[in-house]
Amino acid sequence: MDWMIILQQLVNGLTLGAIYGLIAVGYTMVYGIIGMINFAHGDIYMVSAYLTAICIAVFMSWWGWTFVPLILVLTLIVVILFTSLYGWVVERVAYRPLRGSQRLAPLISAIGMSLVLQNYVQISQSARTQGVPSLISGHPLRIGSEQNFVQITEMQILIVIVAFLSMAVLSYIIQATALGRACRATQQDRVMASILGINTDKIISIVFIIGAASAAVAGVLVTLNYGTFDFFIGFVTGIKAFTAAVLGGIGSLPGAMLGGLILGLAESLFSGFVNTDYKDVFAFALLVLVLIFRPSGLLGKPEVEKV
Amino acid sequence: MTEPLLQLDKVSASYGSIQALKSVSITVNQGEIVTLIGANGAGKSTLLMTIFGQPRASSGRILLAGQDISQIPIHQISSLGLAQAPEGRRIFARMTVEENLLMGTIAIGDAYLKQDKDKVFALFPRLKERRKQSAGTLSGGEQQMLAIGRALMSRPRLLLLDEPSLGLAPLIVKQIFAILKEIAKEGATIFLVEQNAHHALNLADRGYVLANGEVRLSGTGQELLANKQVQHAYLGG
Repeated sequence: MDWMIILQQLVNGLTLGAIYGLIAVGYTMVYGIIGMINFAHGDIYMVSAYLTAICIAVFMSWWGWTFVPLILVLTLIVVILFTSLYGWVVERVAYRPLRGSQRLAPLISAIGMSLVLQNYVQISQSARTQGVPSLISGHPLRIGSEQNFVQITEMQILIVIVAFLSMAVLSYIIQATALGRACRATQQDRVMASILGINTDKIISIVFIIGAASAAVAGVLVTLNYGTFDFFIGFVTGIKAFTAAVLGGIGSLPGAMLGGLILGLAESLFSGFVNTDYKDVFAFALLVLVLIFRPSGLLGKPEVEKV
Repeated sequence: MTEPLLQLDKVSASYGSIQALKSVSITVNQGEIVTLIGANGAGKSTLLMTIFGQPRASSGRILLAGQDISQIPIHQISSLGLAQAPEGRRIFARMTVEENLLMGTIAIGDAYLKQDKDKVFALFPRLKERRKQSAGTLSGGEQQMLAIGRALMSRPRLLLLDEPSLGLAPLIVKQIFAILKEIAKEGATIFLVEQNAHHALNLADRGYVLANGEVRLSGTGQELLANKQVQHAYLGG
């Protein structure tokens, strides 16, 4: 076994896993707070890829900016803002009116919202695969000898740093701030939270915004890294991120991050050593295995209530 | 006479198709301890939840110091000076004891946090010992103390308690009622819903008896304790 190949796949897996983790955050937080799987979340991520391209086009072609770090930072901020707006609107339009109805209704509404977003983008941006220019194309870092090396691109480093930073900020918000406590309280007992004075509708909106913002960070990073996208990328990536959320224990924020990393690493290692075509099969097989032995996921807590 | 602190004026409410409250009228005056006793399913908990708009009253008025609160947004009710230790305690099991107490201050902000927390810890020393522990690991009695403590953190004008004795050992029940007495001595107004009629009526200034969603009897605590019907139905006499 070649250690360099293992290392290379670990690097790739970490990058991919960080992305899955970021998107999984949206699934897990929304599920945690209203017990619903937001099937439109993958498409929110897709929208953020288009917004990234639009931002870069505006900054570089229209305004003629050339300073890359500024373009990157501003793109990230603008895309986060607009994607959050999409997330907020989706909740207001498609889910809030159904609050209090049976569980299936918002689920169907979510699938509908997913189709709406896909078609909206397809009609407004065309169905062709689109691309952005490569902004960061410095020499990749190479560790090892001439023939046998591990290659780490600047983009991979950026992805890992930004993703982990975002997750750290998010964890801090949820664990240590008043807003985070209100989110957790609403998640655990919505009626009691409102009795104590929490505007739970507002908290639910904020959770959708946080989820969309995390997906936006992932969308910017992936778009900059791969350069191409189309209106359908939200589907497969969304399902993967959802798998990551379930793997880690849906409803659990650290679980989403852990699930993302495990899924990313597993896929990369499987692609590197076994077969690239069957990496999805492996990913879902892993999910099935975990769910057989730990039905609530790796870090998910089974509902225990003391009477 | 001054305005009652809380006045339920012919309040009706339903859960789905079941009418749980039928034209219930109750008043609680400033500084009083008022209790509502009744059997399981009489509508006692529904009454407390209806005050908090869950479910909304289908008819009648709920007046807090003269202001009708039956239509205002639920999350604004606590800031008017109402707090509840509800049925089933509803503490946040996956938060620490301290975080649970902090949740109690949302209605008033954290200006008195330190002071009020010390006060709650003085009333319930057990909570102080366990303040870093997650609330789900507490015993039933401790969870009840936490629910009451959390309600006190908002400095309520009126404290609503739903069956604080439910499922607890007799010794713990005694402790909790002793603490309620202490809270009342400091001038708190308490509306206590109980199945444990003996303890509740002994503590209360006045009481109401609820059956099938209707107020059947009312009077001072001692009157109700002496009442033959009450003794027969709720005191095992």
